[in-house]
Amino acid sequence: MFNYAKIRNKVTTDILEIIFKAQASHLGSALSCVDILIVLYFRILKINPHQPLAGNRDRFILSKGHAIAALDAVLAERGFFDKKLLKEYCTDGSKLLGHAHYNSVPGIEVSSGSLGHGLSIANGMALAAKRDKKKYRIFVLLSDGECDEGSTWEAILFASHHKLDNLVVIIDYNGWQALGRIKEVLNLEPFTKKWRDFGWSVKEVDGHNSYDIYSALRNIPFQKNKPSVLIAHTIKAKGIPSLEDKLESHYRLPTPEEYNKLINDLK
Amino acid sequence: MRSAFVTTLIERAKQDKDIYLLTGDLGFSVFERFKEEFPTRFIDCGVAEQNMIGVAVGLALSGKKVIVYSIIPFITMRCFEQIRNDICLHNLDIKIVGVGGGFSYGAQGPTHHALEDLAIMRPLPNIQILCPVDSIEAKLATQEMLKIKGPFYLRLEKEGEENIYSKEFRFKIGKANMIKSGKDITIIGLGSILNNAILAAQKIEEKYHISIRIISMTTLKPLDNNIILKAARETKAIFTIEEHSMVGGLGSAVADILAEAKSDVYFKKIAVPDRFVEQAGSQNYLRDKNGLSVQTIQNIIAKIWKSTTNIK
Repeated sequence: MFNYAKIRNKVTTDILEIIFKAQASHLGSALSCVDILIVLYFRILKINPHQPLAGNRDRFILSKGHAIAALDAVLAERGFFDKKLLKEYCTDGSKLLGHAHYNSVPGIEVSSGSLGHGLSIANGMALAAKRDKKKYRIFVLLSDGECDEGSTWEAILFASHHKLDNLVVIIDYNGWQALGRIKEVLNLEPFTKKWRDFGWSVKEVDGHNSYDIYSALRNIPFQKNKPSVLIAHTIKAKGIPSLEDKLESHYRLPTPEEYNKLINDLK
Repeated sequence: MRSAFVTTLIERAKQDKDIYLLTGDLGFSVFERFKEEFPTRFIDCGVAEQNMIGVAVGLALSGKKVIVYSIIPFITMRCFEQIRNDICLHNLDIKIVGVGGGFSYGAQGPTHHALEDLAIMRPLPNIQILCPVDSIEAKLATQEMLKIKGPFYLRLEKEGEENIYSKEFRFKIGKANMIKSGKDITIIGLGSILNNAILAAQKIEEKYHISIRIISMTTLKPLDNNIILKAARETKAIFTIEEHSMVGGLGSAVADILAEAKSDVYFKKIAVPDRFVEQAGSQNYLRDKNGLSVQTIQNIIAKIWKSTTNIK
């Protein structure tokens, strides 16, 4: 039986362990999208971990490539690759890099890391599926900060113009970008209205409520002939009391004491 | 060059159903026939080059062979990071086709001049770069490029370039084409500006009774090192000519090879000075104003030939 809490604890433990071991960054970004990724990989995406390149698979693009620790942990938990490999994350000589890389482990479709690239690539995949009359869908996870990029808005225009209703964007809207709160650095609001005005079908959800995420994504498209966007309201560094909803979580790690306590609590 | 490219592309697209053509809202009176014959495989992406490259990448990851087209600064510089991260890093079957090499869009001003494109495209891993001299090479280069998987940059000019070749020949990517043999001096060039060098060479040959070797370096990357080193051994001076900045193009590539080989051949780049060209003018006018006229090329080569032969 699908035990969400159990999977979530395991994945969160892995994310914490690998980032802490490598003394890497972007812990906050990984934890704000962990629920979205688990729901996608365990409930929504039509994928087979043993045939990661099957022609009819659903495609997922992590456009916010800096959250790769979360995707690596979810892919390992889902059985795409051995957890022993996961432990190498961001250590010298490892294939598991600090940003998504297509050649690193099975299940990663494209390399990302520079923001504002993923949605355009998803557009091309969605268009190819339409032209080839294939049923698979394309899911893309964008960060909120990534919506500063002009290229993201070029891609938003393209998707609705071409009626790519096999395309689903999920926004990890944790309200922070690298140097401050979104509303203070470069405001995106009214965000829902912007997407709607650009011709997308929009839903909003609590990005940490797995049932709500699942319900929202269960039926694609949200509306025929329109691309779908799910704006997921999330909390940066969700689950780490000292870093939750703080800018520092983009860069810093919990203290060793807090780390040990967190790992124990997740057991 | 442009019609040679599009005619060749259409022929190929008839056989290969995976060929897609994407344009950044440019190509009036160029792509009408392609669009008519293959309406579902022609996509005008609008004035949005970054997204266009991404769309090409998504299509290529889905098994398509994609051509992306625009004027050179827009298809190389505007979306350079997409070319680097998305096309080249993933090593995809995408052909970047730029129109307007050098001063082809002369009167349109520096925003439309293509003088730094080779310098920025050369360092990209996995990419191959083709710069035809005339419509015959443009046709052959297009044919060969479409047979090979992987990223390419095809640098076209526009229309009406004088043909250097009288007929088609065996064209191979990565191998330079010897236009004319010669034993005293070598001129290596790319693009239709090589015509000016050919004319200058004829005059020098007559005046000084020498013979000049002329090479079209159609493939800038991978560079045909052997033909360069052979010229360094067999002739006394090498000149490169290109309608591109002095910085980072063919001349720089050849200089790298000669320096590392510790060659003592006399070497000189003929190219556009490192500056913006803020004057209107036809392609020929701007060539003349930027050191690429037949007369200037002739003067440069003659001066060096005289000094070289005095030393020897």
